[in-house]
Amino acid sequence: MNAPVAPVSLSPSRRAWLRFKRNRLGYWSLVAFCVLVAFSLGAELISNDRPLLVRYQGQTYFPMVTDYSEKTFGGDFDTATDYLDPFIRERLSQDGNWALFAPNPYGPKTLNYFAKAPNPSPPTGDNWLGTDDRGRDLLAQLIYGFRVSVLFALALTFTGTLLGIVTGAIQGFFGGKTDLAFQRFIEIWGSMPELYLLIIFSAVFAPSLALLLILLSLFGWMGLSDYVRAEFLRNRQLDYVRAARSLGVSNWHIITRHLLPNSMTPVVTFLPFRMSGAILALTSLDFLGLGVPPGTPSLGELLSQGKNNIDAWWISLSTFAVLVITLLLLTFMGDALRDALDPRKVDQ
Amino acid sequence: MRLSTPSGLPTVDHGQSAFPQVAPSGVSTSGEAALNAPLLDVRGLSVSFAGTKVVHGIDFCIAAGEKIALVGESGSGKTVSALSLLRLVANADISGQAMFQGRDLLSMPERDLRAMRGRDIAMIFQEPMTALNPLMTIGDQIAEVVTLKMGLPKAKSAQAAIDLLADTGIPEPLRRARAFPHQLSGGQRQRAMIAMALACQPKLLLADEPTTALDVSLRGQILDLLADLQRRNGMAVLMITHDLNLVHRFADRVVVMERGHVVEQGATQALFDHPQHPYTQRLMASKPERDMLVPSPAGASALVVMAADKVRVAYPTSLPGLKGWFRHGEYVAVKGVDFKLASGQTLGIMGESGSGKSTLALAALGLLPFQGNLSLMGSRWSSNSLQNRALRRQVQVVFQDPFSSLSPRMTVESIVAEGLGVHEPDLSAAQRRARVLAALRDVGLGGESGADAESLLSRYPHEFSGGQRQRLAIARALIISPKLLVLDEPTSALDVTVQKQILQLLQKLQREHGLSYLLITHDVAVIAAMAHTMLVMKDGVVVESGEVASVLSNPTHNYTRALLCAAG
Repeated sequence: MNAPVAPVSLSPSRRAWLRFKRNRLGYWSLVAFCVLVAFSLGAELISNDRPLLVRYQGQTYFPMVTDYSEKTFGGDFDTATDYLDPFIRERLSQDGNWALFAPNPYGPKTLNYFAKAPNPSPPTGDNWLGTDDRGRDLLAQLIYGFRVSVLFALALTFTGTLLGIVTGAIQGFFGGKTDLAFQRFIEIWGSMPELYLLIIFSAVFAPSLALLLILLSLFGWMGLSDYVRAEFLRNRQLDYVRAARSLGVSNWHIITRHLLPNSMTPVVTFLPFRMSGAILALTSLDFLGLGVPPGTPSLGELLSQGKNNIDAWWISLSTFAVLVITLLLLTFMGDALRDALDPRKVDQ
Repeated sequence: MRLSTPSGLPTVDHGQSAFPQVAPSGVSTSGEAALNAPLLDVRGLSVSFAGTKVVHGIDFCIAAGEKIALVGESGSGKTVSALSLLRLVANADISGQAMFQGRDLLSMPERDLRAMRGRDIAMIFQEPMTALNPLMTIGDQIAEVVTLKMGLPKAKSAQAAIDLLADTGIPEPLRRARAFPHQLSGGQRQRAMIAMALACQPKLLLADEPTTALDVSLRGQILDLLADLQRRNGMAVLMITHDLNLVHRFADRVVVMERGHVVEQGATQALFDHPQHPYTQRLMASKPERDMLVPSPAGASALVVMAADKVRVAYPTSLPGLKGWFRHGEYVAVKGVDFKLASGQTLGIMGESGSGKSTLALAALGLLPFQGNLSLMGSRWSSNSLQNRALRRQVQVVFQDPFSSLSPRMTVESIVAEGLGVHEPDLSAAQRRARVLAALRDVGLGGESGADAESLLSRYPHEFSGGQRQRLAIARALIISPKLLVLDEPTSALDVTVQKQILQLLQKLQREHGLSYLLITHDVAVIAAMAHTMLVMKDGVVVESGEVASVLSNPTHNYTRALLCAAG
């Protein structure tokens, strides 16, 4: 027999990754998205109303981790220090004292009491993207809002995908009556009015991200489950599964070693699209006021502020830009991923 | 230049052909071409996909009324060459020259070529089910061609379609013309395809593996039909095939292709008698050889590995209407089969598609519920998977399609070692690897001396050829040292030269390990080479059984005779 032709052995997933990399747009979207997420995870270092480091009268303070009372820095009250207060600022810049602020010295909830323009303030030297109608810095809100959206979308994608895979695998692998019963259940479950349930639940329970995550997960797994089910139904009657059965391999091993790896194509292909769907869902619920609790930085809430203050163009425009860029990056990634996993595409 | 329309002629019911008789030399040409110039003259035809050349400048010519076979194994470029003559290959760069009646097919405008397709050069495909439109009746599809290409009015072309169908020997052509493709049998569909291709009396017919998708007994009939129509119409036929039997029966001349090159061409008989090129010689010598131990004469006293007693397998089917809500129908695939398989021997089960032979194999493997008795070394399959596990060690399987029988996402090592994980879970990683290497060497993978086997361990199935994959499948089955191997069409998806190697390997393994084989195949040559005893199955019933030599030389049942005759 001749030796196999390929000099280096590449697993199918490795080849898919190489194909993905060959799509420049998708690859650089992935890089850009990862960089954005990494930055937003370190948002406290970029946008914070507390200094990262303070040197005051020969002593070093870490306001980011510890609360210091105003008295520490020569103030009058025993309350947490407001580092944006001009008085404190002055104390901190006196003889040998210094404070290292984040590039954008506002947190997501910081009200800029000392803004030079009325709220909502257009972009100024202090607030680079302006403030919203409560005087909060828009840039800080966008950074934290992006982080909340992405983390929420990741969590929702994870739970939805997990539920979809498990239910799809059960239906596809066991087939027959199990499949029939599950399909009917999905039909009933899928015809529940999701939005009404969300409204009812947000009235009954205190709104929180966890509640949203649970509710959206409960209704978000059905589409994927159908794909996984179809892949399992197709793969389970292929010869390699029959061969495994005739070797006496257990059901669990057949599912995990043979069927799952060969049924992941639709799951992986849909991941970026599920992410963008989740971000959109959170944004729209926030826009309607059914989403995150008040005070949480949120793109949807900013959009609704933009709607209410139509002349404050900087609110709607910058929020819109962040949303469009995020969703575009995800879509480009999804397109590249779909091409990379297309079985009809061959390696050049 | 149309001589007449089919509808203008008496139908076949009156004992005459709907096709006008055209002598080969009388084929009219567009004018200036000399009478004895070839109908099609292909020079330096090259085809490449995305920079990779798959056909390397081939030359051949076809005279009017000639029957030519383009022979080669998969990947030799034979289908691509033929399709590129009509420029039907997507995304291909085609260069060279193909003069048809004085015009170059490869450089003429797309418009002109489109007019020629179907009218002057027609094509029939391998799988008639996918080549016919499932939403149109057969008659409408043929009539559409007649209307489009010959400009007949609707009513006349409908009648022409029926005449054409009658000409292909379909019984009740009037009724068949109103049928949809799925309502016809495979052979009838292929006849309908032929009727459609011949609707405009083309001068050249490209037939791409026209019989491969059909059962053996139908192949001969379709071939005879093609030869008959060819003679009556005086058209030339370019048959693309890998089946040397067909070539021998059908073609005047043979063109042999290997890896995009024409390695040899010549008159059929001369080429079969004295193949010149080593590849042609290998192709001609690819008939499976018998290389087995003579079974001990006391065959009866030999240990029986597997005995089946009235094995019956039925599938539930859904019933139409309200009835189907409450109970299921039953389709009986295997209707009471008995056999005995002795240790170290091969039992061949021969039959066409739908005969229930593969279902029987799945039942023997304990993968399908069945009724009746099936004992395996004295034990039976139970409904308890733990009890079955010990039995599974005794019987293993090799499937037909080497591309679907290996999981694409597992390495060679994990594929081959899978059985060890189940049946010998206590092995250390080093012991397991040693067993995998031994199994790979056993099936002839890893170079001449088996020294390269180690380099195969981390590879994935897609890097292997069909024959190598089949060897991997055999290694996976053999690693747990079973007594019985079920071979479900083990070579029918392979090229003939590879088939011979795999059969030799299986015979060697049987001699060395004393294996028993349950061999399922439709191929008489494979049975003749491999089996000691055999069964012939038809519609779930065994119609004939006995020693291979006696069944093959003295078939008693008509069906067996038909199969043997069709196989040539």
